[in-house]
Amino acid sequence: MAVKSEPRPQHILLPVRVTTVVASFALALFVNFLPWRDPALAPDFVALVLAFWCVRQPRLVGLGIGWLLGLLTDAGSGVLLGQHALAYSMLAFGALTLSRRIQWFPMTQQALHVALLLVAAQMVAIVVRMAAGADFPGWRLLVGPLLGAALWPVLTFVLLIPQRRSVEIDKTRPI
Amino acid sequence: MEHQPPPFFKRGPAPLVRLAFFASLSVALLVIDARFRYAEALRSALAAAAYPLQSIAAAPGHFLERISGFFTSQSALLGENAELRSRLLAASQQALRYEAAAAETEQLRRLIGAAERLPFAATPVEALYSGRDPFARKLIVDKGTGQGIRAGQAVVDELGVVGQITRAYPMVAEITLLTDKDHAIPVQVLRTGLRAVAFGAGASGTLELRFMAANAEIQNGDQLVTSGIDGTYPPGLPVASVVRIERDAAYAFARIVCQPAAGVERNRYLLVLANEPKRLVLPDDAESERKAVKGKRRRKDGADGG
Repeated sequence: MAVKSEPRPQHILLPVRVTTVVASFALALFVNFLPWRDPALAPDFVALVLAFWCVRQPRLVGLGIGWLLGLLTDAGSGVLLGQHALAYSMLAFGALTLSRRIQWFPMTQQALHVALLLVAAQMVAIVVRMAAGADFPGWRLLVGPLLGAALWPVLTFVLLIPQRRSVEIDKTRPI
Repeated sequence: MEHQPPPFFKRGPAPLVRLAFFASLSVALLVIDARFRYAEALRSALAAAAYPLQSIAAAPGHFLERISGFFTSQSALLGENAELRSRLLAASQQALRYEAAAAETEQLRRLIGAAERLPFAATPVEALYSGRDPFARKLIVDKGTGQGIRAGQAVVDELGVVGQITRAYPMVAEITLLTDKDHAIPVQVLRTGLRAVAFGAGASGTLELRFMAANAEIQNGDQLVTSGIDGTYPPGLPVASVVRIERDAAYAFARIVCQPAAGVERNRYLLVLANEPKRLVLPDDAESERKAVKGKRRRKDGADGG
């Protein structure tokens, strides 16, 4: 596929540190456990961060980590054990297969890809719960994933900060 | 997707294989959890791992509440004080009447030889947050098995039944609210004594009496109280009042919608009632009991005779 537009200047990023990945997952779990007023409308930050690292570091983060995070989310929020585990492992698979493709696109189109992934993961969770006998809770359940996808550019900026630090630490520089 | 890397570098199993593995593992867990409930040990271990994050996450809300409580205006406090005092007066009068009635009932019960109903211990709990599951009506509270909370206990507020403890972890417990779709509570119509089962109606925040005949003796405004025949809820607690009855000749059953009496989705402070479910005497036990009694009587008779 030929890229028509002139490629934008890009940072050469430092290699990622495992502590960054672990800390970002812990923070995402923490934000998910915040007492949201309406859990149906809150974006799922764990899914978002998982998709991010699967796209950026497909050799470091994958299905196993997604599955474990899903189990933690299930137990922490008291839902059916395995519901988020299934959804997150499918999400990780989708993000891994799309990881080479997504990074060619500008931010808005990346966000569209991610919206598709997050909505698919939410649909998996909905199908699981409806198979277990729950009522369909309404289409507003898709607001969370779409909000999450809208946060993708911000998340990309924030999570890449640790890799954008300068190699030579210059004490005289203000920032 | 068709651009799978050639097996040149060793990277473990292919993603599709891993997906199949983890998906089947998840489905197995789902079935075990939904159908057989064998996964409770795993769930409590995982919940213990997630608990520190949860408790930290609940902290900002508490902090904000304390700050806003600090700045509550004096007039609001005075108003609340006056209202509470008047309610206390009304409640104490009712309590006086209740005590008299309870004494009388006890005496009558003793007369007819029925088992005395023991007063049950109550543990006050505070809601931490509502469950992060849009499919269910759950509430997480700040006390668990460490404070004597057990799964199956009833939860009430000052107006009536709120729900039931469905899972108890060491530090927190999960309440399933009355309005949850999977929650059922045996009730009795106060006016007629008619027994029924009230089911949660889910998102609408109401209850439904199912399988009541279309000609059942029930009308709008009827109060429903717990009947106590399940051994879980103590009898006589207010549950709901009937707000709408739809009788359709096409169906054998009436559709009866009830509004919960308690502030099921509003309250922050709740009481957990620690009632021990009364155990029914099994046939074997009854048999051995009778034998023991007979033996004692015989021995007694023998002693009297000798």
